[in-house]
Amino acid sequence: MGQNTTAGAPARLHIDWTRCDGRGLCIELLPELLERDEWGYPAARSRSARSDIPIPPELIGAARDATALCPLLALTLSPAEELTP
Amino acid sequence: MTLEMPAPTGARPVTVARLLAAGPEADLARHLACFGELNTTDRAAGLATQLEASGLTGRGGAGFAAWRKLAATAESRRALAGRPVVIANGAEGEPLSNKDLILLTHAPHLVLDGLLATAAAVRATTMYVYASQPGLSHIRAAAATRPDAARIRFLEAPEAFITGQATAVVNAIENGLAVPRDHTGHLTERGLKKRPTLLHNVETLAHIALIARYGAEWFRAAGTPDDPGTRLVTLSGDVPQPQVLEVAGGAPLTDILRAAGTDPARLRAVLVGGYHGTWVTQDQLDAPLSPAGLANLGGHPGAGILHALDRTRCGITATADILDYLAGQSARQCGPCRFGLPALAEAWRGMASGSGQHTPAIRLADSVDGRGACAHPDGTARLSRSALRAFADDIRQHAHGNCLRTSR
Amino acid sequence: MFDDAMWAFGRASGIIAMLLLTVSVLLGIVTRSGRPLPGLPRFSVSVVHRNVSLMSAVFLVLHISTLLLDSYAKLNLTDILVPFLGADKPLWLGLGTVAFDLFLAVAVTGLLHHRIGTRAFRAVHWLAYAMWPFALLHGVFDGTGGTSAWFLLGAGTALAAVIAAVIWRISAGFMETASLPSRRRAEAPAPDFQLRRTS
Repeated sequence: MGQNTTAGAPARLHIDWTRCDGRGLCIELLPELLERDEWGYPAARSRSARSDIPIPPELIGAARDATALCPLLALTLSPAEELTP
Repeated sequence: MTLEMPAPTGARPVTVARLLAAGPEADLARHLACFGELNTTDRAAGLATQLEASGLTGRGGAGFAAWRKLAATAESRRALAGRPVVIANGAEGEPLSNKDLILLTHAPHLVLDGLLATAAAVRATTMYVYASQPGLSHIRAAAATRPDAARIRFLEAPEAFITGQATAVVNAIENGLAVPRDHTGHLTERGLKKRPTLLHNVETLAHIALIARYGAEWFRAAGTPDDPGTRLVTLSGDVPQPQVLEVAGGAPLTDILRAAGTDPARLRAVLVGGYHGTWVTQDQLDAPLSPAGLANLGGHPGAGILHALDRTRCGITATADILDYLAGQSARQCGPCRFGLPALAEAWRGMASGSGQHTPAIRLADSVDGRGACAHPDGTARLSRSALRAFADDIRQHAHGNCLRTSR
Repeated sequence: MFDDAMWAFGRASGIIAMLLLTVSVLLGIVTRSGRPLPGLPRFSVSVVHRNVSLMSAVFLVLHISTLLLDSYAKLNLTDILVPFLGADKPLWLGLGTVAFDLFLAVAVTGLLHHRIGTRAFRAVHWLAYAMWPFALLHGVFDGTGGTSAWFLLGAGTALAAVIAAVIWRISAGFMETASLPSRRRAEAPAPDFQLRRTS
């Protein structure tokens, strides 16, 4: 499953809300895409995709960091192909 | 067959007796006498085609085309994703809905036929019925009278709003806890124990049982081309008698209300689609209860719920009450829902008492929408937005210490 | 001559390892709180905690390998992982071995958090609270000059810092997320989502 083209499928950052506790590390690493709501949780700046956030190519590195550093493992980055440089 | 058919020409009647044609609490004998036999294995191969031609959409609230989910499950099985599972969902957590209970009580054999036919079509041998009491006891008793239902497993759904949500059903069966789970991808690809899982509302399965017998053409003989067939509607609120009616697709809301003995002119608004639905004001009640007909009003038939509010009631108070309930029903797994919904309910309480502005409600609905593992915050935001539209005048009046409700 | 050099490196690397482990424990507690430090956003706290832990691993390895090569220390390979079998001061040496075993478990869970899940990660990572005092006791009672005034002063300071951090850890307002004003409101009890077994 998953596209094998680097130019086609956009990378998406998926938030597992059942794990997220609004710790906010992802917001520090992706301020262009996320802001913190009044209860601490990440809110995507773009209204259309708030649980599966499209990641532009220049922010993939930061998105990988956010995925690795989330203390509750609430983030996943897909498609998996995007994770290999 | 002894099924009542609508008149071929002239006015189409609003109510149609199809699902409940075998009469109250129909046992196996009366069921077979009314509908005839169904050999589920014989009909399995052509079922997907018949379903696609019929245009049947899910009757559980989401309204997806029924044939798509079946085809996707069969596809997953062919891709060796595991042996499929079929689940009949009769959880009916929505307090305003009663149709699943009525169906399980009076036509459980149709539901069982539909479950067996669907399972045969996707070559599944694992089947569940997940329903709240007392509906579960009725269908379980019905299953005990027929050998072909021997492999079906029965599970009681807890009484709460979200226990019928698709991933909550899978979670309940797998882990005994009826709360939604995070999911990427469809249950038809990966669901219960990572197997392709096909979940259908019990009413959808009952329609499938009839389509398997009589075909797509017969199904389309009722309703309209863009909303074929029939659906069960639960009427509640300011109606003479809360009841469940089976109505033809595309029936105008006014006609359905009149069939339930209500004069639409005396109403302030009708909540269409349940607590995650939309308020339709009195002047818009000629809209048909169909996906296309309600789309202009930002609504959807949902699970066929019509909750009437007459002129003596206040729409803001009614909405505030619903939002209090919805906030309390959060699984509290996801932050924006757990904290945002009570805040939204509080904002509406403020508007009801005249002490609050509507701006917090706008902000909070926008904040929670789409930010949860399930659509509970989304549906709640939808209700809030539709109430702001429908009761805009009321809100203005409340801010000045008045209320638009009449005293009869 | 060689032995003296090994002993000197062994002692120095042990002291540095102890220092780094103390900083790591303190940073670990700050990481857990979800709070930033002045000049260090939350993600940096997490990264620095991990980097300091990795550095302490390096110095631990140096500490153990140099002392293996020091014939006066009378260490053999089993003493690295199996405690209390040492030839010289078996109890206090053994505490060092236990501390190292615990360190390995803590470090491995830290590196494999994504693979094992948060519950397993936390269950094992908590052993850091046992690892640190064992390491300190080993340093004071097995180390050369461990009971000397200057060493005890340093050890005492570290102990005070860790005790203060642990008290903070178990205090009510520890988690930044729990103490956000917007989250403080009283919550209604949740519905019961558990399935009852049908009779």
